[in-house]
Amino acid sequence: MLIGKPSDIPSSEITSKEQYDRYFNRRRFLRSAVSGAVAAGAAALGAERLAEVISPSIGALAGTKLQTVKSPLTTSGEELTSLKDLTNYNNFYEFGVDKGQPVMNAGALPTRPWTLRVEGLVKKPKTFDIDTLLSMRPLEDRVYRHRCVEAWSMVIPWVGYSLSELINAFDPLPSAKYVQFLSYFDKKVEKWWSESTILWPYSEGLRMDEAMHPLTLLTFGLYGEVLPNQNGAPVRVVIPWKYGFKSAKSIVAIRFLDKQPSTSWNQQSEREYGFYSNVNPNVDHPRWSQKTERRIGQPFYAQRRTTLMFNGYGEQVASLYNGMDLKKNF
Amino acid sequence: MTLNKIKILKTLVWIGCLIPLGRLIYGAATNDLGADATATITFATGLATLRILTLSLAVTPVRRLIPAVGWIGPLRKTLGLFAFFYATLHLATYVALYAGFDVNAMAADIAKRRYITIGVAAWLLLLPLAATSTNWAIRKMGGKRWKRLHKLVYVAAVFGVIHYWWQVKSGVLTPIGITVVLAVLLLARPVLDWNQRRKMAARAA
Repeated sequence: MLIGKPSDIPSSEITSKEQYDRYFNRRRFLRSAVSGAVAAGAAALGAERLAEVISPSIGALAGTKLQTVKSPLTTSGEELTSLKDLTNYNNFYEFGVDKGQPVMNAGALPTRPWTLRVEGLVKKPKTFDIDTLLSMRPLEDRVYRHRCVEAWSMVIPWVGYSLSELINAFDPLPSAKYVQFLSYFDKKVEKWWSESTILWPYSEGLRMDEAMHPLTLLTFGLYGEVLPNQNGAPVRVVIPWKYGFKSAKSIVAIRFLDKQPSTSWNQQSEREYGFYSNVNPNVDHPRWSQKTERRIGQPFYAQRRTTLMFNGYGEQVASLYNGMDLKKNF
Repeated sequence: MTLNKIKILKTLVWIGCLIPLGRLIYGAATNDLGADATATITFATGLATLRILTLSLAVTPVRRLIPAVGWIGPLRKTLGLFAFFYATLHLATYVALYAGFDVNAMAADIAKRRYITIGVAAWLLLLPLAATSTNWAIRKMGGKRWKRLHKLVYVAAVFGVIHYWWQVKSGVLTPIGITVVLAVLLLARPVLDWNQRRKMAARAA
């Protein structure tokens, strides 16, 4: 199953040679090396065996190669956004509100040692070391479209595994209805926090069924390498059918709750940023239309394209919202 | 002597004012307008408008504070016209790259989105000022009426800054710098007036 229509984009518009070689040679190599071990089957692989494959290096830093496997949950037929644009154009307000700032400032983020607390309505709360998380499941290559609420978009080759695989590992209580993600926050490290009026630490959240959806990715890398700090190192979530701000970066805690958590942008302006924030061309932002988007990295006269419902992942996720008024619950 | 000084300064102002445009043209030619080229063009032209318009408002208070540089008066016109030039480029960017020349989409945007409404209003306020920037127009209109008309520049500048605030994401404080500068320049006028009256009163007494 491939997501998206391969015919969406003419072949003339496909990835630059260098990028293509880099990405697909590696994938070709992996195909032979991992011969068909993919998502569904991959869960069956024991953590012990994976430890050999991944050999997580203590103190792994941005740019370190990750051992990855193919995934059926990848988007095809889209030109990948260049690594340069992915790493130089970021919204990461803890490191400055201008998109050019995080690449300069996020080096201060201490990504090792790093722990992730799993807490709240769960039978056995637990604190994971980042390297344990990295080796728990096979890391998959997953290309997703990424649509920012500001009406620009990218196509990103992420690396990670479904968040559901982590959640399944420790039995949330039946009363757990929502999941909250809390990002790292330290005023001494993230000196730029005061450039906006957001209430820190950055908080995001999902309904339980959204968090359990296989497309929701616990993410450790991009372009086959460890996440650069400005992209949310060392661990973040990616929810491809929602606006980018839902995909919290540099997570230190995952909390299970019985009610909807308060989330940063929603608190900042309820009218503009709904809790759900599913990509929806029919619900405008109060200040701009969401019908179209600007694809990053294209020349200015060729950026504009139509925004798809659920960012083009409707076939996979629309059923989560059956019977819901998505104009009201935007 | 003074004529030469103003000529040199005007040349420098021209060069300075053409830098933002030059950078955009160079960026477009070398395919280096940043990740989001449309946003780069929009932001650069908008920021140039506000900065140059603010500079044009600084000319008069500076002349009043420092009588020795009274000769810089003609810069107001140069700066004002450049501000209008960038405002027009900014508007053209919206028309071409955002609305795609779709008249209905533009009408809907203007009706619905207050930052666009106020932005268009600011441009419309600058339009008659640019049109009456010639000496001929001043003569034709008479100094008094011309001056009254050109007071609109204050409204346009305030609209421009509001447009900036309404356009940034809520909670973002980037427009604070230009807002403070504009506020100081607007306050400078009544303060200078008051100071002058006080001095004159003192002299009369």
